[in-house]
Amino acid sequence: MGKLILRDIHKSYGKDEVLHGINIETGENQFLVLIGPSGCGKTTLLNIIAGLEHESGGDILLNERRLNGLSPKDRDIAMVFQSYALYPSMSVRNNILFALENRRVAKAEREQILLDVARLLQIEHLLDRRPRQLSGGQQQRVAIGRAIARRPTLFLFDEPLSNLDAKLRVEMRSEIKRLHQQLQTSMVYVTHDQIEAMTMGDLIAVMNEGVIQQLGSPESIYNDPANRFVAGFMGSPSMNFLPVIAREETQGLCLRVAGPEGDGNLLPLPGKLQGALRSQLGRRITLGIRPEQITDPGSAREGEALHSIELSAELLEPTGPDTLVFTRLDGHSLVARVHPSTQLQEGMHTTLSFHMERAVFFDPDNGTRLA
Amino acid sequence: MRRLSIYLILGTAALFFLLPLYIMLVTSFKTMPEIYNDGILALPHHLDLYAWHHAWSGATIGASDQGIHPFFFNSFELVIPAVIISTAIGAINGYVLTHWRFRGANIIFYLLLLGTVFPFQIILLPMAWVQGQLHIAGTLIPGLVMVHIIYGLAFTTLFFRNYYVSIPHDLVRAARVDGAGFFRIFWRVMLPLSTPIIMVTAIWQFTMIWNNFLFGVVFTNSDQQPVTVAINDLVDTVTSVHMWNVDMAAALIAAIPTLVVYLLAGKYFVRGLTGGAVKG
Repeated sequence: MGKLILRDIHKSYGKDEVLHGINIETGENQFLVLIGPSGCGKTTLLNIIAGLEHESGGDILLNERRLNGLSPKDRDIAMVFQSYALYPSMSVRNNILFALENRRVAKAEREQILLDVARLLQIEHLLDRRPRQLSGGQQQRVAIGRAIARRPTLFLFDEPLSNLDAKLRVEMRSEIKRLHQQLQTSMVYVTHDQIEAMTMGDLIAVMNEGVIQQLGSPESIYNDPANRFVAGFMGSPSMNFLPVIAREETQGLCLRVAGPEGDGNLLPLPGKLQGALRSQLGRRITLGIRPEQITDPGSAREGEALHSIELSAELLEPTGPDTLVFTRLDGHSLVARVHPSTQLQEGMHTTLSFHMERAVFFDPDNGTRLA
Repeated sequence: MRRLSIYLILGTAALFFLLPLYIMLVTSFKTMPEIYNDGILALPHHLDLYAWHHAWSGATIGASDQGIHPFFFNSFELVIPAVIISTAIGAINGYVLTHWRFRGANIIFYLLLLGTVFPFQIILLPMAWVQGQLHIAGTLIPGLVMVHIIYGLAFTTLFFRNYYVSIPHDLVRAARVDGAGFFRIFWRVMLPLSTPIIMVTAIWQFTMIWNNFLFGVVFTNSDQQPVTVAINDLVDTVTSVHMWNVDMAAALIAAIPTLVVYLLAGKYFVRGLTGGAVKG
């Protein structure tokens, strides 16, 4: 049970405003991810929810209970820290029991909770160890166990996986997601890793410079970015951005890539985008197209509007499941994602298909979405 | 050759420090005729314990002739509460200055640091006035104890502050979320990590307070004096002959507690001064 509402949260340090009015409302028991580059204010926002820092303005509501001014212990929350912050002098057992003792939970109940948590996280055999005798992954589990034992209304995670190695990170990622399903509790998760955000979140808030750039489902953040920042931040490798000019040609409204010597290659516009971009006729705008939307003709799906261009593969990066092709279009660097079976060598010319249906357009000056 | 010269230099340096101790030790076991007739470096003919016995329980100091033992116990009565209280307050101060930052915390810390460079003499007159106002002038407890607690706070706070700065702040944040308050976090999270710095601070304070002479001579009256002041009185008490052996034995008795403290806790002292706190 848990529903978090942040209403117009501001935070200033002296004259420096770092959060400029944050508004988020989660659904029941949702997994909210706060993501953004370092310094965007996501950790400050988490600390404000936790009560470890004080907001300069705005309201925090958890299940319609106003949290403003309450100390962390009265907020019915638990938190997992990036450094795990396990108490070094206490055994794993006491690390987990500490919060329960503070809350004067009866002894029999404490022991029961401890056993349940230990079983859930498979740390039963570690209970008598000290934190320093544990591996990073085990410490992580204990830190999560300590949070779960509290049975809070809201879990807060502050980049909990960033100190783990790549393999363990993927494992713990799905484990936290599974926990969320089992516990049916709201979670707020801060990360700078967009894969974590995409894979775990029900709701993602992309933040930059103290402002929420977009709040939405992973699918809408990825496919329907609100502005150029979100489009460029989410996705790896990053979305391609090309300067283009909308021109009226014989086949209707088209795009010309702005090359070093005037108009370059032609890119057709699918019908649904024609209307939306007509007002931009003759203007230089930014085309955004993801690497997986520039691919080998063989990987194209039936019925998609494609436009093929012959380009030179400057550099190849085989990732396994697919191969990244670094190329240039009228002088602008471009990344394409092709099927690994595509026969390619560096320096070779190849045909790449542009899926213009999925292209997005931004104002080149302020990055707002045009279409 | 190089190794030999190193040992030679080290040996000379050690001799330089050990020679006075040797002289004190052998003199304390000699009889007065031996002291007059034999050389200063000569060994005693036999171990004569008279000087130790006399220094402990017979020598005339001020108005009494009970030796230094009452004053030796005075020093313990002074040192034990003064060390415990100044260390405890220093620990709390250090904890607040590092993990419960408040506006002006840095200024307060730098003002406290100033306290470590004050010479003893500066506080004599103001402290005497304060003790007069509190009607505790001339007392060992609480008068002199209070002087040493206050004077020591600058040092103990500095030690604990510098130690606690290296303890990750996330521990405190985690404990707050876990429902612990100010003192509970201190007691359950910080103190168990503090053994090395408690040792360092306690040894430092023990040595400073036990060996201190000036505060003792200024702030206590005759039968309340610590052992350092008593030794001075013993040496100053002019009788027909100057009992060198008794003086030496008394000085050695007064030095034993600090030696014992170093032997028992010395390894923590080195570790605490060099080692960091906890790795995150």
